[in-house]
Amino acid sequence: MKSYTDNIKEISKRLLKEDKVDMVIGYRTGSVPLMHQPFFAQNQEEVDEFVWDSNCGLNLANYITDRTERIGILATGCNSRNIAVHIVEGKIKREQLYIIGIPCKGMVDRHKLSAMADGDITSVEDENNGSITITGQNFSKTVDKAEVLQENCSVCVHRNPVIYDELAAEEVTEQKRDDVDPYARVKEIEALSPEEKWAHFDDLLSDCIRCYACRNACPLCYCPLCFVDESNPQWVGKSIDHTDVRTFHFLRAYHCAGRCTDCGACVRSCPVGINVRDFTKKLEKDCLELFDWEAGLNTEQRPPLDTYRPDDPEEFIK
Amino acid sequence: MKNLLEHMGIEPERLHFSWISSAESTKFVDVATKVTEAAKSLENKEKKFVKTKPKVA
Ligand code: SF4
Ligand code: SF4
Repeated sequence: MKSYTDNIKEISKRLLKEDKVDMVIGYRTGSVPLMHQPFFAQNQEEVDEFVWDSNCGLNLANYITDRTERIGILATGCNSRNIAVHIVEGKIKREQLYIIGIPCKGMVDRHKLSAMADGDITSVEDENNGSITITGQNFSKTVDKAEVLQENCSVCVHRNPVIYDELAAEEVTEQKRDDVDPYARVKEIEALSPEEKWAHFDDLLSDCIRCYACRNACPLCYCPLCFVDESNPQWVGKSIDHTDVRTFHFLRAYHCAGRCTDCGACVRSCPVGINVRDFTKKLEKDCLELFDWEAGLNTEQRPPLDTYRPDDPEEFIK
Repeated sequence: MKNLLEHMGIEPERLHFSWISSAESTKFVDVATKVTEAAKSLENKEKKFVKTKPKVA
């Protein structure tokens, strides 16, 4: 069996050669280990830089907003759902895209791996057989990939792309909600008292430096001027006052309500390892329970928060 | 809206949503009274969402 990377290169070269697309968006080795970077290959030589392994956790849908070229793009389950959201929201046209579907086996959590390492990790080997080897000065360690998966990947129920033009590998078996509970962590928080909840989020956000990497990595956050950057009027203070930090996070989460695919790019990009999905995952759960809605499963349906149905739940209004 | 606010630790007693027309003055008084009573009944009087650090532009 040929590797994912080989197939991706083959398909990309063919698309460029036949002039079906102007560029293919994929990943190449990043400047630091564990973080492959998005890469736009515009000719066949550049395609040779492409890689595919468990470090491709950034969401490529982030790079197609309002683009006018014909684009080939790699898409895992979550990435393809974000592409669908983009199409529904009018940020790209389906005809412009040639989607190379990637049945996904999950991405590794760089924060978990760093915590396991005895020093700085200088290189990572993804054996593609379920184990990951990390190496640094004076150490080398092989770990089970399942143990170091990103949390969102370990509970993912949409590993195969929902829309694609061609698959780069055979579909993988989907996990079922009955076997893995995607909302286990949300439920843990739900079970706390208001005081404990407040403390949990205070603690969660205590290291946040307001760098906005989480926002920038998110394909949903494409507004030309984000509410946190606006200065007239200034919606939210720019300090690291707890209130400002929390306001940024919960408002950003609301802006993603009914659109978030739980791709985890926000968490992966955070320099201090904050699980901002503690906010978005709750909204994702609510959307499923209240509106029977999961974001990005097709390109036709309008999201729940921009449609009205007479039977919309309204118990909270008195 | 209400769910996530409660999820991050705002007590349900502090959150009220109501639909009141400008003609419904009695309903407004009624709701306002209930809201204040509910909020005052809370044991935890700690203020939330109050800034302690000076504003920077
Ligand atoms: S909020 Fe995070 S998990 Fe959700 S779509 Fe954006 S980057 Fe992905
Ligand atoms: S990436 Fe992390 S530190 Fe930066 S704003 Fe987001 S949560 Fe805060």
